[in-house]
Amino acid sequence: MAEEFSPKKKTYVEDIERTLYDIRDEDRSAYKTHSGLTKDIILDISKRKHDPEWMTEFRLKALETYNSMPLPTWGPDISELNMDEIVTYVQPDAKMTGNWQEVPEDIKNTFDRLGIPEAEQKQSLAGVGAQYDSEVVYHSIQEDLVKQGVIYTDMETALWEHGDIVREYFMTLVPPKDHKFTALHGAVWSGGSFVYVPEGVHVEIPLQSYFRLNAAGAGQFEHTLIIVEKDASLHFIEGCSAPKYNVTNLHAGCVELFVKEGARLRYSTIENWSRNMMNLNTKRAIVEKDGIIEWVSGSFGSHVSCLYPCSILHGENARCEFTGVTFASKGQNLDTGASVIHAAPHTSANINTRTISKAGGAATYRSAVKVTRNAPFAKCSVNCESLMLDSESRSDTLPVMDIEGDEADIGHEAKIGRISDEAIFYLTSRGIDEEEARAMIVRGFVEPIAKELPLEYAVEMNNLVNIELEGTMG
Amino acid sequence: MSQLLEIKDLVAGVEGKSILKGLSLSVGKGEVHVILGPNGSGKSTLMNVIMGHPKYEVTGGSIAFEGEDIADLKTFERAKKGLFLSFQTPEEIPGITVENMLRTAKQAITGEKVKIVPFRRQLKALMEELKMKPEYAERYLNVGFSGGEKKRTEILQLLMLNPKLAMLDETDSGLDVDAVQIVSEGVAKFHNEENSCLIITHNTRILEKLKVDKVHVLMNGEIVEEGGPELIEEINSQGFTHILDRHSEGK
Repeated sequence: MAEEFSPKKKTYVEDIERTLYDIRDEDRSAYKTHSGLTKDIILDISKRKHDPEWMTEFRLKALETYNSMPLPTWGPDISELNMDEIVTYVQPDAKMTGNWQEVPEDIKNTFDRLGIPEAEQKQSLAGVGAQYDSEVVYHSIQEDLVKQGVIYTDMETALWEHGDIVREYFMTLVPPKDHKFTALHGAVWSGGSFVYVPEGVHVEIPLQSYFRLNAAGAGQFEHTLIIVEKDASLHFIEGCSAPKYNVTNLHAGCVELFVKEGARLRYSTIENWSRNMMNLNTKRAIVEKDGIIEWVSGSFGSHVSCLYPCSILHGENARCEFTGVTFASKGQNLDTGASVIHAAPHTSANINTRTISKAGGAATYRSAVKVTRNAPFAKCSVNCESLMLDSESRSDTLPVMDIEGDEADIGHEAKIGRISDEAIFYLTSRGIDEEEARAMIVRGFVEPIAKELPLEYAVEMNNLVNIELEGTMG
Repeated sequence: MSQLLEIKDLVAGVEGKSILKGLSLSVGKGEVHVILGPNGSGKSTLMNVIMGHPKYEVTGGSIAFEGEDIADLKTFERAKKGLFLSFQTPEEIPGITVENMLRTAKQAITGEKVKIVPFRRQLKALMEELKMKPEYAERYLNVGFSGGEKKRTEILQLLMLNPKLAMLDETDSGLDVDAVQIVSEGVAKFHNEENSCLIITHNTRILEKLKVDKVHVLMNGEIVEEGGPELIEEINSQGFTHILDRHSEGK
């Protein structure tokens, strides 16, 4: 064991440097609903959001569904979550604008600290959406994309300006009855992004939406709806964070991605919620013939996370690439993974994940791969590796495979382990000290994933591994 | 002559079981020494103990390097003093490229920031000499390398890090004729009057380009015989039993 190398000291990778995220702004919301979930609250939210009538009805129906459904019987314990204490709608004291100068200063400062306007200015982003609590406060898109017919806006604007498209797709891929928290989402959703990329258009520079939850005891329920038409392509980045409070916050977002024939969508998420967050998020993509969905998913924050982006490979030759990294530290139970449904011939999927747990954190990799009878010659390969940095931490791997058809090519490789003493000896025999050797091995472990992350986020992840310190515990 | 490495009455083992039972051995500066011995006699253990592998416990004797007792030093400190071990089965370490590892190691050993341009130039030239494809610099350390590629990578590290004492643990085993040739040329390139080699081998081909100063025969945790290069011939033709018999008679 590693202890043999330095009996009096114990190396550990520090928790993620959270200082940046933990700066809270004073609560200066314009309006908050009462906590809890009643028909009156839903009607109140709907009225304040100026929903079209069909949406008000949609919400009420979703509320009924919510009330009729039990809590999920599997996954991490979420009994701490008391919906009666959650404020589902917090309207910030700001109107949506396309000019950072018009965003209230403290809100703008928050996004400055996160580096969003800077990235936009450097044109490493072609469009930016910034949500603060329940509403989007800033939105922009490059002019040339607008000219090509690309739509990138908040969901509220989309409801009115592109109502037909929204109504055609909204919560059809993730229906409210999917599970209790999608029903909740259907009832109280607010904010999020709508992206429409017309046929043949390639959005070369990524769009990024950032979600910031500032209010204590609140929930965030943003809805992201992306449609990439035939032979078009897009890279969409989603980031989220929140300052830490002593009360439970809830995130139950929903992401629906429609990847049409020959289209390609890369969806990158870096989630760094604070350690009081219940993150019960649902993401799903449906991919048509020759289309490609690429998920890049980094889960670093939250108290409890349940996150298993699902890809339905609906058309022949549709493909899914899933790349994920999860880092669970003290007080965290992160249950993450992916799900793939092969529903057409010659569909293929690659799932590649790394999880790290330390300081008593629990990380579970959970996946479901289904190959239906309609998917001859489906190909799927799963590679999940876990690294536990100490003996208090937990790591589990729960891959499920359900293969109905013949002629499927399925591969699965799982590894759970600790840092190998022989690897440390090898590196130290080259003059590298033990701390650095351990850090190198941890960095090396996540390297295949880190290189897929958007640059700023890859730097952030490396920083967190670099904060490898000589502890005094042990 | 001043001794670079001086081991006296070394007793070491693992989990309470002694493997080295009072072993003494000295290597002078500029010398090439060969250790021969049957399987399980403690040859690899000796090199691991000299390098400071934490798995082994030293319960007696001393190990001095350049006159300084290094028994309490950690492995990385020994490496910084100028010790190097070429592993019999090098570890595969995912996510760390050969170049990145070497740069970090070189920086650690010299204590100076490595200048990237001359470093790369040297790396490229040495890889060429070892007949390694340049893209191996960007590959993860030993991951998916063949046996021969792993050994060549060990010699690449030896040449890049330029230690005072190179310990080669069966660097030639499992290699084809051409690969042994490349590896032995690499070792010959490394060796000069200022540094020393301690070589474990079952094969004489790796020694063809080197002038062997001394041969030690290690059996059952002890050096049972020492001599010149002629011992290699003798063992090759008559085997270890012959030496053992002579040793028992001597007692």
